[in-house]
Amino acid sequence: MDLSAINPVLLIASLMVAATAVMIAAIGELIVERAGVLNLGVEGMMITGAICGFAAAVQTGSPTIGFVAAALGGAALSLLFAFLTQFALANQVASGLALTLFGLGLSALLGQGYQGIKPPSTPRIDIPVLSDLPWVGRILFGHDLMVYFGLALVAAVWAFLKYTRAGLVLRAVGENHDAAHALGYKVIRIRVMAIAFGGACAGLGGAYISLIRVPQWTEGMTAGIGWIALALVVFASWKPWRVLLGAYLFGGVTVLQLNLQAAGIAIPVEYLSMSPYIITIVVLVIMSADKSRAPASLGRIFHATH
Amino acid sequence: MTEPLLSIRGLTKAYPGVVANDDVSFDIQPGEVHALLGENGAGKSTLVKMIYGLVKPDSGEMLLRGKAFAPSEPKAARASGVAMVFQHFSLFDALSVAENIALGMADPPAMRDLAERIRAVSDQYGLPLDPWRIVGDLSAGERQRVEIIRCLLQDPKLLIMDEPTSVLTPQEVQILFETLRKLKSEGTSILYISHKLEEIRALCDEATILRLGKKVATCTPRDTTAREMAELMVGAELHVPSREQKEPGAVRLALKDLAVKSPSEFGTSLKGITLEVRAGEVLGLAGVAGNGQDELLGALSGEIRSANDMVSLDGKAIGATGPRERRRMGLLTAPEERLGHAAAPDMSLTENAALTGAERKGIVSGGFLNWGRARGFAKEIIDRFDVRTPGTENTARSLSGGNLQKFVIGREVMQAPEVVVVNQPTWGVDASAAAVIRQALLDLATGGAAVIVISQDLDELMEISDRFGALNEGRLSEVRPAQGLTVDEIGMMMGGSHDMEVADV
Repeated sequence: MDLSAINPVLLIASLMVAATAVMIAAIGELIVERAGVLNLGVEGMMITGAICGFAAAVQTGSPTIGFVAAALGGAALSLLFAFLTQFALANQVASGLALTLFGLGLSALLGQGYQGIKPPSTPRIDIPVLSDLPWVGRILFGHDLMVYFGLALVAAVWAFLKYTRAGLVLRAVGENHDAAHALGYKVIRIRVMAIAFGGACAGLGGAYISLIRVPQWTEGMTAGIGWIALALVVFASWKPWRVLLGAYLFGGVTVLQLNLQAAGIAIPVEYLSMSPYIITIVVLVIMSADKSRAPASLGRIFHATH
Repeated sequence: MTEPLLSIRGLTKAYPGVVANDDVSFDIQPGEVHALLGENGAGKSTLVKMIYGLVKPDSGEMLLRGKAFAPSEPKAARASGVAMVFQHFSLFDALSVAENIALGMADPPAMRDLAERIRAVSDQYGLPLDPWRIVGDLSAGERQRVEIIRCLLQDPKLLIMDEPTSVLTPQEVQILFETLRKLKSEGTSILYISHKLEEIRALCDEATILRLGKKVATCTPRDTTAREMAELMVGAELHVPSREQKEPGAVRLALKDLAVKSPSEFGTSLKGITLEVRAGEVLGLAGVAGNGQDELLGALSGEIRSANDMVSLDGKAIGATGPRERRRMGLLTAPEERLGHAAAPDMSLTENAALTGAERKGIVSGGFLNWGRARGFAKEIIDRFDVRTPGTENTARSLSGGNLQKFVIGREVMQAPEVVVVNQPTWGVDASAAAVIRQALLDLATGGAAVIVISQDLDELMEISDRFGALNEGRLSEVRPAQGLTVDEIGMMMGGSHDMEVADV
């Protein structure tokens, strides 16, 4: 065993990469749940985004177009969920589970012929001088744009919810949809927009895996990240910065345990593999022991009676 | 005569199977407090929803200061100077007072400025309120202030109030009335909906009475007795509950220093409650919602267990026994929350009848249900309490609130209880049905049962109780004979005025 082989700078830099997919998907789901909708289809939307982004990037040669296609793909799939739950008033849990199964199947179909192909690589930003600084240069200035996009998204969502009128209305809809309706807010429209945003984010998260993290296409490659994103939202008590923290913790332990495996530490691989899930959930459970609680209308079906 | 602020002409609105409003016309003058009276289902709510833009009329028109007024949504109504305080507060528990108010405004200022304005208006009208508090932590009276201030900030010409006093203590009602009178003196018109006729007599200038969607009368409340107004609402002579006076018998239910922790986070724990109820006696317990009523009912029904000797029935300690055992012994309860606690919303009336009636009505034998008996029991309840429903196989949810209330109270009353505890027995029930329920409770007492009525309706408690107490923050006030208590004394028992002050007019 040789722990000195683990380079802390590389570890931090790679945990940021490992955390980005789950973070983007989770921040999208956070908006959906703050609007009072429980969409369990994150995994399905992620894998659909992963293949949409992958295919578009391979066809056009542009990773940017790939990410745009991934967001559109995820959003399109989420609109199916929006139709079922907001217009047909179907049960949200069942619809969300169905969406995941549907997304897994759809992505396998779309992905025919894309196995074993390398996607066009996404450049890292490279700022002269800054990126070459020791330690901080690699950690702060040496990533692909999506890492920064994810961080900016968390900040933007936080500011949106806290400081803007639209964010206040969104929280109000999630808190008490009947009262929001009585005040004249368009509950269904707001929720559909939130669901589409969540779908787009999930799609981006999926494409981050297929275009940057791995990068290749295999069936079912999101491997439960969507479920982790869902759990993060709950244990983060629906707070954006805690989603960031949870995602980085998850990414960090994931990377660390891989390094430990490589270093040949004397712990069975199975325990190391499960550690990211266990540690993330334990930490967030402890943190969520404060007074915060779920949006009061979460998962409830809204039907305007007048 | 001046031009009316709002004229309503021939408004009609029909829903499938029922005409909610049929050709209703009346005028509201500037600076007038206009009462809208009627039983449940008379169409008051539909009417005000049309004025507030939540519902579109099928025909008829409204004129606001002589101009056609047809708000397509609440935003439009608010822009025209119409504001509404809802019966069930339309507030967001997890948000702060200022955020709640901002949501009700078309174009709110920045939060800090808004908070300043909230403070200014709340001081001006004697309704103190901290803009940064989370609404979920406020009392019912304070929540109502949030709604009122939300309306006042928009400088309304017409303020609609739907049952505003149902959750307030008498002192809070007085302060609300002072605020409303101040508004009236400033030229604001108020459309005031209430069941409480004495309040309407004290406050309102004109009254329009609706029955089954039609306007049946107008009157000047000051010159009309409450009884006359009630009879106009019901369209028949009103039956006042009565019974023969009897000496109370032996103690049936006794609580000794009952203290239990509330199972819910925002609940109120009970602290040292001691009381006795005798056979043939009705004990009325008043109190503003959230002062331990639900917990007391839970501790009596057996949903919340206590130390065994804290609760005793006919001298036998039952504090640690469960609900089924208590029911078998004859202690029956009817909780306040109809959908989800007193009744299972998506189960049929037959199933709901079986749920609490199983033990005492012989519906269960050897673990098997006798559906025939259950159906018969449900049918009996429906017949005796005039529950309006197509049949016993309809779900509890499909009944209107008042009808379901008749069913859940009737279900307990008809099991011939030894002791019966009811929470808010006539909440949302119209006058004639309320009279039936109260009479049934009195008849039980006459028959030798002990009855505890927990209610926020003081008129109801004064009408039927022999002795009277009040819950305040989980403690029970001194229990006194109901005869001769004054409103002030009752208010003091309920815990005073909750830091309200009278508006400096």
